[in-house]
Amino acid sequence: MAAPGPSQEPEPREHYLNASYGIRSWLLTKDHKRIALLFLASITFFFFIGGLFALMIRLELMTPPGDLFTSATYNRLFTMHGVIMVFFFLIPSIPAVLGNFLVPMMIGARDLAFPRLNLLSWYIYSIGGLFTMAVVLTGGVDTGWTFYTPYSSTYSNSQVALTVVGVFITGFSSILTGLNFIITIHKMRAPGLTWFRLPLFIWAHYSTSIIMVLGTPVVAIALLLVGLERLLHIGIFDPRLGGDPILFQHLFWFYSHPAVYIMILPAMGVISEVITCFAHKRLFGYNFVAAAAVAIAVLGFLVWGHHMFVSGQSMYAGMIFSFLSFLVAVPSAIKVFNWTATLYKGQIVYSTPMLYAFGFIGLFTMGGLTGLFLATLGVNIHVHDTYFIIAHFHYIMVGGAVMAYLGGIHFWWPKISGKLYPEGWGRLAALIVFIGFNLTFFPQFILGYLGMPRRYHAYPDEFVVLNVMSTAGATILGVGYLLPLVYLIWSMRYGKSAGSNPWNAKGLEWQTTSPPSTENFPITPVVTEEAYNYVPEPIGHG
Amino acid sequence: MAESATATALAHQFDDLEQQREAGYLGMWTFLVTEILFFGGIFTGYTAYRALYPEAFAIGSHHLDYWLGTINTAVLILSSLTMALAVHASQLGRRRSLIGFLAATMTLGTAFLVVKWFEYAHKFEIGWIPGPDFAYRGPHAPQVELFVSFYFALTGMHALHMVVGLGILAVLLVQARRGRFSSEYHSPVVVSGLYWHFVDIVWIFLYPLLYLIGAHH
Amino acid sequence: MFPFPTFPEAASSIASSIDLLYLFLVGISLLMSALIFLCIFYFAIKYRRGSRADRSGIRHHSLAIELVWSGIPLLSFLVMFFWGAWLFYDAYTPPDDALQIYVVGKQWMWKIQHPEGRREINQLHVPVGQSIKLTMTSEDVIHDFFIPAFRVKKDVLPSRYTSLWFRATKTGSYHLFCAQYCGTNHSAMIGQVVVMEPAEYQMWLAGGPPAESMAQAGAKLFERYNCNTCHVGGGRGPLLADLFGSTVALENGQIVVVDEAYVRESILLSAAKVVAGYQPIMPAFQGQISETGVLQLIAYIQSLGGDSDSAQP
Repeated sequence: MAAPGPSQEPEPREHYLNASYGIRSWLLTKDHKRIALLFLASITFFFFIGGLFALMIRLELMTPPGDLFTSATYNRLFTMHGVIMVFFFLIPSIPAVLGNFLVPMMIGARDLAFPRLNLLSWYIYSIGGLFTMAVVLTGGVDTGWTFYTPYSSTYSNSQVALTVVGVFITGFSSILTGLNFIITIHKMRAPGLTWFRLPLFIWAHYSTSIIMVLGTPVVAIALLLVGLERLLHIGIFDPRLGGDPILFQHLFWFYSHPAVYIMILPAMGVISEVITCFAHKRLFGYNFVAAAAVAIAVLGFLVWGHHMFVSGQSMYAGMIFSFLSFLVAVPSAIKVFNWTATLYKGQIVYSTPMLYAFGFIGLFTMGGLTGLFLATLGVNIHVHDTYFIIAHFHYIMVGGAVMAYLGGIHFWWPKISGKLYPEGWGRLAALIVFIGFNLTFFPQFILGYLGMPRRYHAYPDEFVVLNVMSTAGATILGVGYLLPLVYLIWSMRYGKSAGSNPWNAKGLEWQTTSPPSTENFPITPVVTEEAYNYVPEPIGHG
Repeated sequence: MAESATATALAHQFDDLEQQREAGYLGMWTFLVTEILFFGGIFTGYTAYRALYPEAFAIGSHHLDYWLGTINTAVLILSSLTMALAVHASQLGRRRSLIGFLAATMTLGTAFLVVKWFEYAHKFEIGWIPGPDFAYRGPHAPQVELFVSFYFALTGMHALHMVVGLGILAVLLVQARRGRFSSEYHSPVVVSGLYWHFVDIVWIFLYPLLYLIGAHH
Repeated sequence: MFPFPTFPEAASSIASSIDLLYLFLVGISLLMSALIFLCIFYFAIKYRRGSRADRSGIRHHSLAIELVWSGIPLLSFLVMFFWGAWLFYDAYTPPDDALQIYVVGKQWMWKIQHPEGRREINQLHVPVGQSIKLTMTSEDVIHDFFIPAFRVKKDVLPSRYTSLWFRATKTGSYHLFCAQYCGTNHSAMIGQVVVMEPAEYQMWLAGGPPAESMAQAGAKLFERYNCNTCHVGGGRGPLLADLFGSTVALENGQIVVVDEAYVRESILLSAAKVVAGYQPIMPAFQGQISETGVLQLIAYIQSLGGDSDSAQP
């Protein structure tokens, strides 16, 4: 039986949601849990805006000619879809919502190390977001989210400067979050909570924070230089002055490759928590999974040139980056195997979060395997800048990260809201998302190998059937995403009371009330056991 | 135990003052690492182009005012000394010395920015501003313009950090005058000192890279 | 099998090698995915809560297993790497007998220039069975020359030359796409690669409006811009006969190969790399000579002798 029954515990009278009222108590809060909810609202907003652009793209691509939008508009649609989804949804999503909420709780702390910086992080994100909305409302930007020069620095007639300012500002939100997590995890663990007793969610967020802190400043500079080139005409990347457009690509990808690990590592952290809970079993290979997270963070900084194999970069540089890219695939494989092994001899429950976790493992595996195709130099030549790449990264980002995010939201929803969401709807939505996702993106692998380039407004007739399949899938996927929006909000008012630990999970966050009090724990817990110290239930328990 | 007037409230998320202080130090060091990556990005771009266009970069460098650059270097190094003395004073609880050294550091920092202002104004006068009206038309003109673009990007970013630093020092000065710091509680001064020294070190790298290319004086 | 294409035609010498590697990767991926998916299904059902499966003897870690399931993927990755790098090297290394054709990309069209003189827009005629090397540059932003049926692709950069090579194995007409987003009409920057029998190709070359060869056009430019006032002996400018492909020493001591990139730079930004022993008096022709003009001048200089198969751009 997956759905927990309504709790017999009395609901806590005072908790972080009702500790104070009024908009000022939210906009000036220092409580990491409230800040997490502020982020939840903002990123949900941007998710649906970015999703709307995706739908518009897929509608256009239902027919070969570019007949729904002008190419100028279409170019703005895919650019804004990318900018919003990458910088305003994926990168903050799990860290700023689940990370902010759970990192202090999982280590037994009352808050993060720097609560005011945490709030500042949300304001900075929001200001960057305002710039982005301004771009949407004043004609958009059409450079692609990768801003390649000299198109972005000299030739584009769109809101490039406004966009790079928005992204630049929002980057600092990322840096502050990462900084906060690093200090908190180093300095504020509860007594007895040694590094190797930490939940893997914490390891994941620690590794992610390293990347946030080291990588984001470099893309900030790359974009700043593009902005300066637009606004002040200083030709840093202008080839007519001897500037090197490939320099931009190096500076851009030096961050933007590790950025994809910012997007996936927290997701992997969520999966470790969900699988252990719903297999009711300790994680297999804890040390290896923890080390793999760190290895991914480190190796992830060494492979950026694999986005540039056909850019004019030297052949030997290409070979080095290819080799390193294969290396970085190994720790990801290790994680997948360890999660699968965790299921062995477990007590598996098919709850909504677990369904998302199963989906994650399957889709992340496919996305990761297709990454090998891209690391393979000879094949990369053919599939670079085609729909193959688009399929690859959507398998990881949407099939992986977004599913883990939704799984995490469902898993910790009782803790966050004190309510249970309707389990039947949860499972239905997970299934719809899974089906819609595969129908949308699997045909794109085929389209890519056929040679359909990306960022194409119109395409040759022979590609139409696969495109129609993809669009059909996108509509189904959209429905799947709308459902949780509806029933989660519904549950806040009408959901059954959850109690402190509806899932019978290990982890410090479940040892306190749902919703938690502002201080999280009445007394600081003392940790004496390993993470995920699940005791197998006697056989026949039903 | 009676709290002295200079003891600070322990922030609620920390268990004790030591944890709070250590968190503050680790936080500032981590932030400075991000700053290294930030400036590192521009330095990388600069280095790439200098390797490609050594003659043009030398021409650009020779057109900078070597003496103003050297004066500014001395001013900043001196300001790091006064900042270190301010930190020391705060550790010993010497309020008047602390205020004096903070004020001295601010004065020196402001002097740096004033000199910078003159340098920029001169560039503006002679038309050495990157863009369509860039005044230099001699050999390697486009790449000299690249050099000047990096000059402004690097020194501009640095100057921005100096301005922020001055703001931080101003806040510290006001707090010091109100008696906020003592030998028990002075970590904001230490942490600001770290930031100030970092900004100084960035300049130590900028100065030879920009002003001293092929200098034969 | 399907009423729509699901796999591209293979029309070049390298295409089937790439397809073989691709299918190997597909095979490994299917194997790995099947393994994982089957395990998950099997465990999820057998060990569902309440089932009577035997759960005794649970282990939570095993160094041996970790090494095995790290080592085996790593070994297969190494195979993939070497195989891919090998094909990549091939794709980067045109044979000595490759025919040279020039491509200038600009928003939003491809201008193709055959050395014998024939020009085309958005079409590339080539003979079957003959290695072709494309030397490419852009007049504005970064583009990319992509022929899916040949499995070749390369970015086309402003102020630089890049190249790709192929040998078509089947006559026919194949898609040409721009594969680097370049602005408004990026998806319209497409065309056809037309592969013909060699005899037909010769006829095609000779047909069309009367056109001089690139070298002849270059010679005309050479005269028009008075290049021969200095490059004629007498010490004002280096002699150009037999120069292409050789190495020269620059004023600053560097040694460079006189390849397409060097000649282009010497024409457009002449003071950048002056040969040792000469004054920097050559005017810079940036903005006066088009990229096509530069290619014609290069063809002319190549025709003055020297080793045309020099450094790959």
